[in-house]
Amino acid sequence: MDILQIVGIGIVSSILILLLKEQKSSLAFMLAIFTGLIIFLALIQQISHIFKLIDYMAGKANIHGVYVETILKIIGIAYIAEFGAHLTKDAGLSSIASKIELAGKVFILLLSIPILTALIEAILGFFPG
Amino acid sequence: MIQDATVLFQIAGIGIIVAMIHSILKQMGKEEIAQVVTLVGFIIVLFIVLNGLADLFQQIKSVFLFQG
Repeated sequence: MDILQIVGIGIVSSILILLLKEQKSSLAFMLAIFTGLIIFLALIQQISHIFKLIDYMAGKANIHGVYVETILKIIGIAYIAEFGAHLTKDAGLSSIASKIELAGKVFILLLSIPILTALIEAILGFFPG
Repeated sequence: MIQDATVLFQIAGIGIIVAMIHSILKQMGKEEIAQVVTLVGFIIVLFIVLNGLADLFQQIKSVFLFQG
């Protein structure tokens, strides 16, 4: 019952963070980072299983490997950007959080360029002449 | 997952102890020692958290096929 451990750790650490917030808000922020980190490290195995399933299905549907890999990278970038943005927002620095989100969007767009070009060429291919 | 939880409680313990020592030293009138103790506690927690973050980013890289 992994979910119980995760929820338990989340609640206990939020209590500790609130306890630390009055005296040492910087240490409370570090505790928040570490809690997010623990919860994600607990999920990483399950996520890799899910991705193996996606790869397997893509193989069966003989989709080109590049597309699936790009999608997985985009998911990774989206997750990291969201992780950093929410943490800095918790610390009260919403300006830095929006900068991080902007950077995440830019990198995702950067990664999707080959897919977009392939899409456009496919569409143009439908038109005769 | 459990060993990470113990590290979490260590960090909370360090934070609470540093806060207590800081206030005790302030009552005794030794301001600068209090600041130094706070700084040392902060640096210890920083190392722990940074090691954890490095491990997290390494795992993310391996799972999300960041070979590029």
